[in-house]
Amino acid sequence: MQTYNAPLRDMRFVLHELHGLEKINAYPKYADFTPDVVDSVLEEASKIATEVLLPTNAVGDQEGCVLENGVVRTPTGFKAAYDLFREGGWSSIAADPEWGGQGMPESVNKMVEEMISAANVAFGLYPGLTGGAIRALKDHGSQELKQRYLPKMVDGTWTGAMCLTEAHCGTDLGLLRTKATPNGDGSYRIDGAKIFISAGEHDLTENIVHLVLAKLPDGPKGVKGISLFLAPKFIPNEDGSLGQRNGVVCTGIEHKMGLKGSATCQLTFEDARGWLVGEPNKGMAAMFTMMNVERLAVGVQGLGINEAAYQSAVAYAKDRLQGRSLAGAKRPDLPADPIIVHPDVRRMLMTMRVYAEGCRAVGGWVAQAMDVAEASEDPIEKQTADDFVALMTPVVKALFTDMGSEASNLAIQIYGGHGYIREHGVEQYVRDARIAQLYEGTNGIQAMDLVGRKVGAHMGRYLRGFFHPIAEFIAANKDDAAVGKMVGKLEQAFGALQLTTGDLVQRSMKDPEEAGAAAVDYLRMLGLVAMGYMFVKSAKIAAEKAPTANGDAGFYEAKQASARFFVDRVLPQATGLFLTLKSGKAAMMAMPEDAF
Amino acid sequence: MKVLVPVKRVIDYNVKARVKPDQSGVDLSNVKMSMNPFDEIAVEEAVRLKEKGIVTEIVSVSIGPQQAQETLRTSLAMGADRSILIVVDQTVEPLAVAKLLKAVVAAEEPKLVLMGKQAIDDDNNATGQMLAALLGWPQATFASKVEIAGEVATVTREVDGGLQTLSAELPAVVTVDLRLNEPRYASLPNIMKAKKKPIDAKTAADYGVDLTPRLKVSKVAEPPKRGGGIKVADAADLVGKLKNEAGVL
Ligand SMILES: Cc1cc2nc3c(=O)[nH]c(=O)nc-3n(C[C@H](O)[C@H](O)[C@H](O)COP(=O)(O)OP(=O)(O)OC[C@H]3O[C@@H](n4cnc5c(N)ncnc54)[C@H](O)[C@@H]3O)c2cc1C
Ligand SMILES: Cc1cc2nc3c(=O)[nH]c(=O)nc-3n(C[C@H](O)[C@H](O)[C@H](O)COP(=O)(O)OP(=O)(O)OC[C@H]3O[C@@H](n4cnc5c(N)ncnc54)[C@H](O)[C@@H]3O)c2cc1C
Repeated sequence: MQTYNAPLRDMRFVLHELHGLEKINAYPKYADFTPDVVDSVLEEASKIATEVLLPTNAVGDQEGCVLENGVVRTPTGFKAAYDLFREGGWSSIAADPEWGGQGMPESVNKMVEEMISAANVAFGLYPGLTGGAIRALKDHGSQELKQRYLPKMVDGTWTGAMCLTEAHCGTDLGLLRTKATPNGDGSYRIDGAKIFISAGEHDLTENIVHLVLAKLPDGPKGVKGISLFLAPKFIPNEDGSLGQRNGVVCTGIEHKMGLKGSATCQLTFEDARGWLVGEPNKGMAAMFTMMNVERLAVGVQGLGINEAAYQSAVAYAKDRLQGRSLAGAKRPDLPADPIIVHPDVRRMLMTMRVYAEGCRAVGGWVAQAMDVAEASEDPIEKQTADDFVALMTPVVKALFTDMGSEASNLAIQIYGGHGYIREHGVEQYVRDARIAQLYEGTNGIQAMDLVGRKVGAHMGRYLRGFFHPIAEFIAANKDDAAVGKMVGKLEQAFGALQLTTGDLVQRSMKDPEEAGAAAVDYLRMLGLVAMGYMFVKSAKIAAEKAPTANGDAGFYEAKQASARFFVDRVLPQATGLFLTLKSGKAAMMAMPEDAF
Repeated sequence: MKVLVPVKRVIDYNVKARVKPDQSGVDLSNVKMSMNPFDEIAVEEAVRLKEKGIVTEIVSVSIGPQQAQETLRTSLAMGADRSILIVVDQTVEPLAVAKLLKAVVAAEEPKLVLMGKQAIDDDNNATGQMLAALLGWPQATFASKVEIAGEVATVTREVDGGLQTLSAELPAVVTVDLRLNEPRYASLPNIMKAKKKPIDAKTAADYGVDLTPRLKVSKVAEPPKRGGGIKVADAADLVGKLKNEAGVL
């Protein structure tokens, strides 16, 4: 049995105490989102997650989606859950109020996304992709396209899908073959075959709005010749009612390892009508607006599953009796002790827990920067926030999803053999979490984005925005009575990261393969330092508040214990990675290809 | 027609209640508090009556600590139009609540008071009945169906052994049972709107009601732990045990 209760206390800690939601609330744009309103939103979202979405999670996994005569049937309960979700206004939570959205700050939206992903990640893809499509259309679409499509996408009557991948091109979209030919009336004829399109076809809504990457006849070669088009399943009439069925059909759905409630579709575009979004040949830029939002959302999928797997593991570890504590029987009244007494089980539980708490804190940090970038009128403040989001987007995507995968595997380990058995529900987390490391750009590609495009950008400007606050925090808290020791360990990891960064930048200038060889480990290292900073900062707040917190003291004590575990037992991996990275690419590339 | 819906902030129904070490009551420090589930049903019913065009205004009222404001916001997010918060920091007994509500009724002049049949914290099941008596209004308790036509409420009640249908002339007090309806989830736009709906802050003194407790709590204790059950060999064994050991036959 899967269980999930949104970690509302920790979410409120991250929002209010660690990052200070009042900073966001102070912008006129977010004036309505006072702490009490935000708490009510989280509270209600947690009910929807636990009472509406969670019950459809295991069912969705068992039944999967079915394709019959070109129509995809989603699993039992998905449609009812979607209707409830949509009617409650949850599909438009972060969308622009100008188009009927709720305009919720990302700081809050990311928490809600975490809950949805924890309760049913496959379900979450349907509204999730719509959110990205709304974003791309809002930023790049013509006024006419926006008026025709956005209101219905925002209120969830129609969903969106993003159609990039083709059989021969996933990462390297320059190889794209789908063609767009002008019809002469302002529309285009789209022909081609896409694969792996999430929510490309389903029965949740009456219409689906596809955003499609395709090539114009005379466009330049490679990624510079890609344009973005909007091609709906049904072409709406002037009055908004559904008109002609467009030439886009689902010819197959994939049989996948996990994420079974989400339809992953093969789509054939044959004489489909589409409309250009943004400028000709600038499709990648338009798509990136969508992808950046989606990448953060995918990171949060990892976090959500991490938390859900953790909660299942805790419940099991308290219940399963096996062996005796090495320190002497803890429950002599029972035939054995609950396995939570064993150090190795603690190691696993604590690892899962700090992954979730640490990612939540980092996610809150990045989300807050997104809100500042969106709402601030001050160009410098806006720039700094934008830089930070750009730097951290690949980190959130890859780090959170790697940790989500690790954590869900640990949940199986804690369940022992029972974790491997379906009915316990934890092996689903492993299968569902796995995809998040792959789509929206594999984690390897995220790491290359970090080292190739972010670290060195503008003479290291992005990175300085990350290093400075940490350096300041370390300097200010070295001698802090409560957290000084932790600060020392953070300083060590931070120093290692700085040295590695300098070394990496120099080497990669001479040899780009050095950057490629370092990327994944470097991303992990930077992620660990970001989490370490968040933990030490949290521990400082917790130490200050614990003595006067009365009933809440337990929370603050636990927060300090989490921080201690992270700093002592996880953060030192950064030092190990320092050594790993010091050796450079040589050992990695030395094996002759023939020897493989 | 105006409806008054009293709502109470109580320990959340999912929380396992723990008794304070000194046995003076239930430990409420840092536990999750929510709207009494029966009151949620009353709010939902009021909103449905409004959606049907029978009710024109829904006023929710809560008597309790300042934080009961959150409970009122929940009612506003579900669809109540405005709220009254009577801030009271001490524990209040059903009679005091009934007296306060009577005063609120006098000021607001609703045609109907829809309320939970009991609050899940103390399970008294008394306030609605007391309020009706103090007002001299008809009462229909444990409603599983409520229909309003003109000046008459027809209420189906859940009673031992079945259902009973009463008609009550308005104004009346109706207390609701679990099966009346299934409360809705508040929608996101309504949560936002609730913030802007008015909550009138009052004190007991504003209504001239004396809250001095009349009951004395001697002690609050956990129910005794259940012993393990036993397996009986057959029906005869069971009957024998019921006769000789349990003494119930
Ligand atoms: C369940 C599911 C849902 C999906 N949903 C969508 C969707 O909605 N829309 C959509 O358009 N696509 C979708 N995809 C496709 C997904 O985004 C791609 O699978 C992903 O981008 C990787 O592309 P690929 O599978 O072709 O792998 P490849 O590009 O073939 O990559 C294979 C491996 O090589 C590595 N690699 C490739 N190029 C490089 C390089 N230059 N440097 C270093 N390493 C490299 C990759 O990191 C990876 O490890 C989905 C896929 C799945 C499985
Ligand atoms: C597919 C499959 C095939 C199998 N085949 C066979 C078979 O052919 N024959 C057979 O007899 N069995 C078989 N098993 C059972 C398998 O050997 C057990 O599942 C395994 O030994 C773990 O026991 P458990 O599942 O009860 O986990 P538990 O013992 O409950 O362990 C749960 C968790 O607690 C930890 N733990 C438990 N005790 C301690 C301790 N003292 N100190 C520290 N940590 C502890 C474990 O490491 C684990 O992480 C099979 C299981 C599966 C899933």
